[in-house]
Amino acid sequence: MDSRTIITELPRLRRYARAMLGDRAAADDLVQDTLERAWSRIAQWRVGSDLRAWLFGIMHNLRVDQLRRGTLTTHSLGDDACDVSTRATQTDRLEVMDLESALRQLPDDQREVLLLVALEEMSYADIAAALGIPIGTVMSRLSRGRERLRQIMEGQKPAANLRVVR
Amino acid sequence: MSPLKITEDDLHAYVDGALTPSRRAEVDTWLAECPEDGERVQAYLAQKQSLKALFDPVLAEPLPDKLHALAVQPLIAAVDREKQPNLKWWSLQRIAAGLLVAALGGVAGWLGHGQYQSAERIATGVPLFRQAAVAHVVYSPDARRPVEVAADQEEALVKWLSKRLGTPVSPPKLGTVGYELVGGRLLPGNTGPVAQFMYQDANGQRMTLYVTTENAAQPETGFRFAREGQVNVFYWVDGKFGYALSAGLDKGELAKVATAVYDQLEARK
Repeated sequence: MDSRTIITELPRLRRYARAMLGDRAAADDLVQDTLERAWSRIAQWRVGSDLRAWLFGIMHNLRVDQLRRGTLTTHSLGDDACDVSTRATQTDRLEVMDLESALRQLPDDQREVLLLVALEEMSYADIAAALGIPIGTVMSRLSRGRERLRQIMEGQKPAANLRVVR
Repeated sequence: MSPLKITEDDLHAYVDGALTPSRRAEVDTWLAECPEDGERVQAYLAQKQSLKALFDPVLAEPLPDKLHALAVQPLIAAVDREKQPNLKWWSLQRIAAGLLVAALGGVAGWLGHGQYQSAERIATGVPLFRQAAVAHVVYSPDARRPVEVAADQEEALVKWLSKRLGTPVSPPKLGTVGYELVGGRLLPGNTGPVAQFMYQDANGQRMTLYVTTENAAQPETGFRFAREGQVNVFYWVDGKFGYALSAGLDKGELAKVATAVYDQLEARK
């Protein structure tokens, strides 16, 4: 692990954290904590093993710790959330915001697997290893998460979105 | 013969492109026959695309400084990597040389050094000088935010760190040897909080003093010296405190400052 590899992983860690938490500042704090912990445990990382999976595993464990301690603020969908999208039209913005709010309604463990698959395109086996769960659990969370997201999206068209979008 | 039954897992693996071509063809056939599943798969594919469209812009955002700082060339890590094949032997040598070993658990942690050990076992094995050197390398190059609390709020800094460490700690004054306090920060140690004070000389040369209370069970030591990459570290255990002074200075220069720190801490007793 050197600074170059870290730099290349950073944007991905940020993207995932943002998608997981919704809030920009909270997401970057989580990435920061992840890097600090990673450096402090660098001896555990074996050269040649998958750095990305290792980092995501650390981030997952940190988040579990935070949730357990109850110190993590729940995602607030403030104006910040709009920043993730820079689409051109109002309609697009509405749809995108809609997906984000639907994502927030998923249970944490389902959202996590869904995002690792969709954004990181990690294999099911890698996800199982990073999260420390059996592959069957990965599949069932993915299945429930996708189906739930679909149902939320179908029952909640942009017109029904009550949030003020500027 | 009819193909194997298409499972829920197959549908997801289909969406994620994780099927073999032959299995994929079987799922294609199935989806054509079962519009309900076909619709679902289409929705999942669209979902995946939309999620990427929604969050991919984050990839292009400039990195905040605090994250940039954490990706700075890690000298320590580079050294670690070179040493990796000999790490066990190297560690044993260090231990045999009487360096700080927090507890028997720490020894076990190093002996059983491996990839997926429990955090506790590994944590007790990271020696003081290395923790300090890593912290130095991580924070001292940061031009804009080297510390959490700057020296102009020294009183608040002292109060805060003392409270978090559960015992009074304060930065020695090193003006006589040419170093002024920049500020300090709280860091995670092996088992709890530790403090880092940062100093800087007129040329911008930075030096950090790492203060931990995790060495309470350790016998006191005199000055010890370690070199980690470009960073030289003097460290010692005094009472319940472990101190480590790190800088990219030559040994003699650093020894002079370390002596000043030591003298001042002694004078406070």
